[in-house]
Parts: sequence; structure tokens; C-alpha cells
Amino acid sequence: MTEPDAAPRRNVDTERLMGLLSEMARIRAFEETAVAALESGLYPGFIHPSIGQEAVPVGVCAHLTEADPLLSTHRGHGHTMAKGATPTGMMCELFGRASGVCGGKGGSMHIADFRVGMLGANGVVGANILIAAGAAHALKVKGETGRVVACFFGDGAINRGPFLEGLNWARTFDLPVLFVCEENGFAATTRTGVLTAGDGPAARAESLGIPSLTVDGNDIQAVDEAAAVLVGAIRRGEGPRFLLAHTYRLTGHTSMDAAGYRPEGEAEERWTRDPISRCAERLRQAGVAETAIAAVIRSAEEEIEAALETAKDAPWPAPEAAFTDVQDLGAPVPTRPGGLAR
Amino acid sequence: MTVMTYREAARRALAEEMARDATVWALGEDLGRGGIFGQYADLTARFGPDRIVDTPISEAAIVGAAVGAAMMGTRPVVEMRIADFALCAIDELVNQAAKARYMFGGQARVPLVVREPIGVWPALAAQHSQSLEAWYTHIPGLVVVAPATPADARDLLKAAIRCDDPVVHLEHKMLWGLEDEVPDATNAAPDPAATLGRARIARPGDDLTVVTWSRLVHDSLAAAEILRAEGRSVEVIDLRTLWPWDQDTVLASVERTGRLLVVHEAVTVSGFGAEIAAVVSEALFGRLKAPVRRLGAPRAPVPYAPPLEEQVRLTAADVTAAARAMLG
Repeated sequence: MTEPDAAPRRNVDTERLMGLLSEMARIRAFEETAVAALESGLYPGFIHPSIGQEAVPVGVCAHLTEADPLLSTHRGHGHTMAKGATPTGMMCELFGRASGVCGGKGGSMHIADFRVGMLGANGVVGANILIAAGAAHALKVKGETGRVVACFFGDGAINRGPFLEGLNWARTFDLPVLFVCEENGFAATTRTGVLTAGDGPAARAESLGIPSLTVDGNDIQAVDEAAAVLVGAIRRGEGPRFLLAHTYRLTGHTSMDAAGYRPEGEAEERWTRDPISRCAERLRQAGVAETAIAAVIRSAEEEIEAALETAKDAPWPAPEAAFTDVQDLGAPVPTRPGGLAR
Repeated sequence: MTVMTYREAARRALAEEMARDATVWALGEDLGRGGIFGQYADLTARFGPDRIVDTPISEAAIVGAAVGAAMMGTRPVVEMRIADFALCAIDELVNQAAKARYMFGGQARVPLVVREPIGVWPALAAQHSQSLEAWYTHIPGLVVVAPATPADARDLLKAAIRCDDPVVHLEHKMLWGLEDEVPDATNAAPDPAATLGRARIARPGDDLTVVTWSRLVHDSLAAAEILRAEGRSVEVIDLRTLWPWDQDTVLASVERTGRLLVVHEAVTVSGFGAEIAAVVSEALFGRLKAPVRRLGAPRAPVPYAPPLEEQVRLTAADVTAAARAMLG
């Protein structure tokens, strides 16, 4: 469980911690802005916020380079931004604009930025685990060593078959995959624990011979340190590793879910232990000035505000884009009478 | 010209592509022992276990891993053992492989081949006998291939491996042992766009067009021969690729003969024959001499007992009878 915020912390590298705070703040600002924009009707559909879980992608991605592929989930804004995608390209994608990272064809649930090694969020829980195993298998086929594939998923995913098949696969073939289970307590809108047998995600990984570490996923330093150990082992060719990060989803399953299934006060209490405020508190204890912390937060917010303004004015994709990138052979022929224009 | 089996032609095609391109690899259950039909025989000895990969019985992982490996620049050839088992990996094929390029705005390519042995083989019963090609033709993003001859077992597999789209490659279990002449070195480097989506007129004729694929090409040719003795001239078109399918060749033939019979081993209802029938009827309505007809299996699972299996398995006699009825 979470440690008291006031606990003394070994060796606080304030410069590194400020960098991690900045990354978390950027993700937080992006998602809060995206939720507000959605609620204002600026773009359609819904999103799955990861507000409260920012320390996990930030702590892990601090140890990855653009050469390290990452596979994400429907709750993937944090992974995408921590991997290096620009908030402007991401916000434009949420807005469905041509300048979105996927040209407006994927949206939040299929966000991807291959230029930075972010090989896709996924609308199907657990499906990315197999794709991650395969991405790592390709490295083996090509004889490339030293690269790491990171695969994020929630605790709900551990009850799908791909969890067993993918972890077994990665261990059997000794593939360089870091599996990261973000245990936020919920499988969609149900408490994961009431529907999960046994001792949980890490125990399942260990039963397949995959060494694991379990951390307080709201403690950015703990995630950072654990990721260093696990990624290091994988880079040395020691095969897959598993990180279980206990965190908490401060919002509902989607931006439209008020999460009334939680007992009153639970989320409020968890807000007091969110990773950004804990990180800020630790920096204060280490002697960093409040103004410096506030400046980092404000800078993140300004960056996202600019992204929002860009997205609002960005052009829509051309209608023809609905029919491109389906396939090379037998590509679709638009058949609406009168052509594409509405 | 060399005489070889459908199995051997396919085996050589994979070996040649693996020798040509180091990014081509194969994965599936029991491949290290040559695959359950021998279509991978001796390939491990030649290419090693890292390129002919024995996998756990994890169909979802086999296809899902291939998706990730394809996105990372390799060309995986996936063996599903029996087409029916591919249903355990439908998310991986339909939601992931078929859509990755599109939903990521063109950032991904998923050049994988999923080999699925299809069709009725004696006494394999309901879960080892299906022909589900129509499902795949319905999915945007997929290419669907069904070779009927040893030459095509080679050329279409090579083209499928070179294709940048995900390809479902359907090989009929009853054809593995079929022997025929395979031209030497022709089409040694088939261009996917020039090979896939092209039908073959397996037998020219004037009175009726039979469009078919896979095993039933051979039964349809036998039926055409029987009807020739009755003074009827039947054209048999081997479609070879179901998506994209060669509408030009089919329409030109039916425009000439005025009659179309579509024959497939799959269940008739919602089979791919329905698509062909609809397209031809829409295009040639006024020029047809008879209503378009489909011949496929009844909408029943494939049974075990031989006399029951006979009830759902199409034969040359069935094709002959259907064609004769149309010719009046």
C-alpha cells in the first residue's frame, strides 16, 4: 500500500524528480483539458482518462528510448505522451483532425505515434499483450539485442486469455518485454478483486517464471527505480520482466462515467495521495522552492492550452481519407450516389 | 515443368521466400515436425528453429504475435493447423491485423500470411472441416486467397508472402496430395498486385459459366467433362483469390455464356457465392438466359459418419446436376 507522504526518502535527485513531475503534469493537463473539451462538445465520443495514474507511464518511459516499442491500452494518453508524442498531435487526433497523429482515423482509443515507438493504443482489453510479445519476437528474428518492448495494461486484462498466452509466450521464447500492470482497482466499472481468483497479477506472472517487482504506482520515485532494475535486466538479455504498480483511477471508466459505484469519499481520499501532489511534496521536502514547482505545473498547462487552441482550428481530414490505408489490394471504392461530398 | 504435389509446391514456395528474404519466418504448432500435413517438412533443418518456430497451442498468441512482429518489419507466415482453430484468434485477425494500418492512419503495415487448412476431410466432423472464407471477405483490410492447384499453391503463397496486406491463405486439406505439373521458375518473383485478384479460366466453354475455387475447381472440371459428352460446353473459372476477386473475368464470361453457377464447399447461406451472384445479377440482369444459381452445402455442421458426411459434401455429380438443370 501507499507509504505516508512524509516518510523520509533516500537520495532525492531533485533535478530528475522535477523532470518526472513535469512529465506527469503534462499528462494531467492534457487529460483534464481533453475531458473539459469533450464536455464542451468540442469533439465527439468519449475518452478513458488515466488521471491519477501518471506516475506509471512516466516512471517506466524514463528508461525507454524511441527505439523501444510500446504497446498501450484504451487508457493510453499517458503512455503515448510519456513515450514522446506531442500533445498537439494527440489533441488533434482526439478532435479527429487531419493533423492528428493518426490523421483523425483512430481517435483516443487507437492513438499511436510510430515515430517515437508508440505502436498503438488498443480498443480490446489485453489484445496489446500479444502484439507486444510479437514485437519482441521480431527483434529476436532480426537478431537485434538491447531493445525493450514495454506493454501496459490494467488489472482487468489479467482475466483475459491473452494475458496467459502472451506471458507464456514471452517467457518461452525469452523475449525482451516489460509487462506493466497498472492495478487501478477497477475492471471497467467493477472492482477487479471481486472477479479475480488467486493472488493477483504478480503472482500469475511469477507462476510463469517471469520475475516481478511490485511498487506503489503513485510514488514516481518507486516506479522510476523499479523500472530501472527491470529494464536493465531485459536489456542485458535476461528475458521478460513484470512490474505491478498499485495505483488508483481517480475518474470513472470513461469521461462519461460518474463512478457512482464507489463509496462516498473514496475518490476524495485518494485525491490526497495522487502521484503529482506526492511528488511535489517530496520536492518541497528536498528544498525545492514552491515557485519552481508551480512554474513546472504552469508550463505544462500552457503547453496543453496551446495544443487545444491548435486542435480547435485544425482542418478536418479530406473525405477521401475514409477510403485510404484500408489495403493495397482490393481497396474500397466509394459508392455513395453523387460521390463523396455530403 | 515438374510434377509435384500441392503440399510440395507450397513447401518449396515458403522455402524459396525464406531463402530470398531474411525477414520471412513461420510460426505455428508442430512446425518443427514438418507441420501436421507435412507442408513444413525439413524446413527446420534448413532454416533453424528461430525461423520455423514451434509454438504453444495458443492460437490467439500465434496470430497476435504475428501482428506485432509484422508491424516491426518482419513477414510472419502463420500456420493455423486447421481453419476451425483460427476462430480462437479472430480478435487478433479481425480487430488487430486487418485494422492496424487504417486506424493508425497509415503508420502501420501488417504483412502477415495466415495459412488455414480448410474443408471436409473424411471423418473429421464438425470442428475440423469448415470453409469460412466468406467471413474473411467481409472484413475490410484482409486479402483472401484459395489456391486449387499445385502451381497456385506455389505462386499464390509466394505472392501472399510478398503482399503488404494481411492475407488469409486457405489451403484445402483434400488437395495436399494432388499432383500436377508446375511450370519451372515461371513467376519466380510474383508481383502480388499482378497475381492476387486474378482468376484463371480453368476450362473454356460457351453455354454456362461455373465460378468456383479450391477443391471444387476439380469437381467442376469433372462435371464439365461429363456435360461435354452431352453436347454442353461449360466454362470453369477458378477464382483463386476471393478478395479482391476478378470481376472482369467473371463478368466477361457470363456476358458471353448468359448463365452463371457459383459452386463452393461452404454453406450456401451467406457464402461468398451470394456476393458473386449479386454482383453478376446487378451488372448483367438483362442479358442472363437463366437466373444465377448457387451450389453450396446445406446449412448444417459437417457430420462424422460417412453416410451423413456425404449429405453435406459436394461432388462432381452435384455440380453436373446443377449445371444440367440450368442448361435445360
